[in-house]
Amino acid sequence: MAAMDAGFFRRWLTLAAAAVDRDAARLTDLDSAVGDADHGSNLRRGFTAVTAALDADSPDTPGAVLQLAGRTLVSTVGGASGPLYGTLLRRTGKALGDGAEVSGEELRDALRAGVEAVARLGGGAAGDKTMLDALLPAVDALPDTAAARAAALGGAEATVPLQARKGRASYLGERSKGHMDPGAASSALLIGALDEAAAGQDGTVEGDG
Amino acid sequence: MRMLINAPETVVADALRGMAEAHPDLAVDVENRVVARRDAPVSGKVALVSGGGSGHEPLHGGFVGPGMLDAACPGEVFTSPVPDQMLRAASLVDGGEGVLFIVKNYTGDVLNFDMGAELADEEDIRVTRVLVEDDVAVTDSLYTAGRRGTGGTLFVEKLAGAAAEEGAPLERVTAIAQRVADASRSFGVALGAPTTPAKGGPTFDLPSDELELGIGIHGEPGRERRAVMTSAEIADYTVDVLLADRMPSGPVLALVNGMGATPLLELYGFNAEVQRALRGRGVEVARTLVGNYVTSLDMAGCSVTLCEVDDELLRLWDAPVSTAGLRWGR
Repeated sequence: MAAMDAGFFRRWLTLAAAAVDRDAARLTDLDSAVGDADHGSNLRRGFTAVTAALDADSPDTPGAVLQLAGRTLVSTVGGASGPLYGTLLRRTGKALGDGAEVSGEELRDALRAGVEAVARLGGGAAGDKTMLDALLPAVDALPDTAAARAAALGGAEATVPLQARKGRASYLGERSKGHMDPGAASSALLIGALDEAAAGQDGTVEGDG
Repeated sequence: MRMLINAPETVVADALRGMAEAHPDLAVDVENRVVARRDAPVSGKVALVSGGGSGHEPLHGGFVGPGMLDAACPGEVFTSPVPDQMLRAASLVDGGEGVLFIVKNYTGDVLNFDMGAELADEEDIRVTRVLVEDDVAVTDSLYTAGRRGTGGTLFVEKLAGAAAEEGAPLERVTAIAQRVADASRSFGVALGAPTTPAKGGPTFDLPSDELELGIGIHGEPGRERRAVMTSAEIADYTVDVLLADRMPSGPVLALVNGMGATPLLELYGFNAEVQRALRGRGVEVARTLVGNYVTSLDMAGCSVTLCEVDDELLRLWDAPVSTAGLRWGR
């Protein structure tokens, strides 16, 4: 993939916000089965604030865009999702440094640092039925964003039979099996938006088709 | 679903506006979601800050005032507050002697309070943290997020708050809070599911002829479901579970708590059975509190919290407190 500038990262987050908005009800339904039915509304509140923050303040490097987005999520989402998603974007942004453009390989390495920070913060590992189950295979598939998108979706699907070991869903024990983890589902949306941005979509609404 | 609200999105802000109107001795920042003592910061006093998702009222905002919390940070319903709230609260109430964060053990609360503590540290506010994890219904702490913080939180906030009011330094207030957290055990029972405003319906299905033993305060599932039991049977079951986990060697404080939709008439009847069960097993109850203190929206049911106390902790319990939800001695 071509080198990516701040504009690319803004488009990525705008597309992610649109995806979260579109799928908020589905995320809340997933959370209804294993949690307390608010993942969609909490993330929507956060990503709406992210697009507003990026509009108000136009950071001019990829790293700065992701760090602003991460800080905004921490300040607006609450629950476990706020710190976890906020840390993912902040640490990824930090690892990108302050260059005006980054390569696909640099993004992959930075995202790996961000995902590792999420794992440390939440104390989770692959197979715990968390967002990591979507993010870890996605990072491995980068810099091919289409492959990363497929890997994230596959990772989210693969959480269905798992038993939750982290967060509120863990109290369900065996009863958490048979449901997709809401955090893995929203992580797949984030990686899906990255692929949309790489494919040249710009996040604006195109007609009503 | 019939609820006394304007819209699900404004439930927390509307409640904070109403709190401000009802309690002029509280400084309620509706926009930034901090409830604080109006006289904060109290110079020379350690400050206590707690918080968590809304829906457990009077916890935590109703426990702000002399003798208990200096500030509370309410999140969205059943969603932990964000670190900015904890930083704002800590800055507002720090009287120079440091701030104790009292945190219930939920993944979101722990992460957000830790981040808030980091931000406060960057502003040179001294912060300590005590985690409340008193719910004995959780038997498998290895493969879950661990024991949940529930009714024991009231005892931690009251006793540590009294110590701070007496002028104890941060290390001492923190140690007392930790002692109380370690000595507290809770167990809850659901007779019906709570209704969240966002969902507009019950958060889980509980057949009308069953109850859930070991319920969490967000409707987390408990140890088992059984056919409906009498108040006496529920009391025996609950007391057995609590004492099996920790048999006190001295007197206890007992909180017989309603989850939100169970009438006081039933709660007092239940308390009679709890006291009988405790007496029958040789446990001396020094003080009892009955009422809706750590609730779960409109969930029907109850919980019992026991906290073993020595003379010092008992004195701190009896010390004056003046909050919206708990008030005596002055």
